[in-house]
Amino acid sequence: MNHTSADPRPSVGHYLFSVLVLALLWLLLAGSLKAAELTAAFAVGAVVTAMTGSRLAVLAGVRLSPLAPLHLLRYLAVFLFALVRANLDMARRVLSPSLPLRPAVVEVETRLRSSLGRMLLANSITLTPGTLAVDVRGDRILVHWVDCAPGTDLDQATRAISHAFERHIRGFLK
Amino acid sequence: MRLIADLFLLIGSAFAFLGALGLLRMPDVYNRIQAGTKAVTLGALAFLIGAALLFPQWWAKLLCILGFILFTSPVSSSTIARAIYLSGVKPWQARAPESGPVSAEPTEGRP
Amino acid sequence: MTPNLLETLAAILLGAALLIALVRFVLGPTAPDRVVAADTLTVITTIAIAGLALVLASPVYLDVALVFGVLAFVGVVAIARAIEGGRS
Repeated sequence: MNHTSADPRPSVGHYLFSVLVLALLWLLLAGSLKAAELTAAFAVGAVVTAMTGSRLAVLAGVRLSPLAPLHLLRYLAVFLFALVRANLDMARRVLSPSLPLRPAVVEVETRLRSSLGRMLLANSITLTPGTLAVDVRGDRILVHWVDCAPGTDLDQATRAISHAFERHIRGFLK
Repeated sequence: MRLIADLFLLIGSAFAFLGALGLLRMPDVYNRIQAGTKAVTLGALAFLIGAALLFPQWWAKLLCILGFILFTSPVSSSTIARAIYLSGVKPWQARAPESGPVSAEPTEGRP
Repeated sequence: MTPNLLETLAAILLGAALLIALVRFVLGPTAPDRVVAADTLTVITTIAIAGLALVLASPVYLDVALVFGVLAFVGVVAIARAIEGGRS
């Protein structure tokens, strides 16, 4: 499958975004805000962005708008809640002697266009209650579902598994 | 403060333990991945929060580790799941449920 | 710092988790099972190294944990791709 062809070319804003994220990562790792560290952070960010510039098509999926960080925070809240719920659910299954499982593989539809968005959606699906993203094929995501009711079709699966995440991810990724 | 931090550490370790237990008890590869990934990821989350409460001056590096685990752990498990799926392993089915067939189309998405 | 009761308990649970995951790693029965076990083992080990940093009160081990996590991730993905490529 071609992973990058769906992505358009990144704009100047996306390159600046890349520099900023790399610099932030450097500062977090260095753990100080001295002038030297700041200079090094932005220098390294710029060099790495310049070196990998032609392959940064992945970044084109990022929606650069002032509201995006807000959506990101809301997504993180939903995600953390789902993660905790997933684990209580999984703990119940693991600890119960009879192992209540009804596993099946279903498909889920996504309207996210960028590969970054699909990847994040697949990640979220993997970490939420009883579902595991297996493969991404075009705009379908294969999901292994631990507790699948018999005869679930595409729409039902999409609503049950990915709809809530997709709504939030669309706020900051294409 | 230390008590709260210790509770977080304990919760994290407990979830890591549950994940390992799930790894041992689950009947097939897919369910093992599920149990392993989810529980251990939340375990890491809770444990690292506990560590950050215990040593607040380390928050930046702990945040790096946490972000990294949250980002890569599902990626690696999805990669494994994809490899297993493409190599043709079918999901395990519970036999003889209480009513009717187990699942209408267990392999509906197969190539 | 000296660990108190709760922290000792947490350490014991982590050790038990590592042992159980290791049992699955040894038992198999198939190669994918071992890869899954190895993946879980690496994440638990990363947590354990972070715990070591707490016990020894030295942030150097956090860097060790980070690098270990990165390398383990690359390794697991590489092995997964190898399994996938080996299909008939």
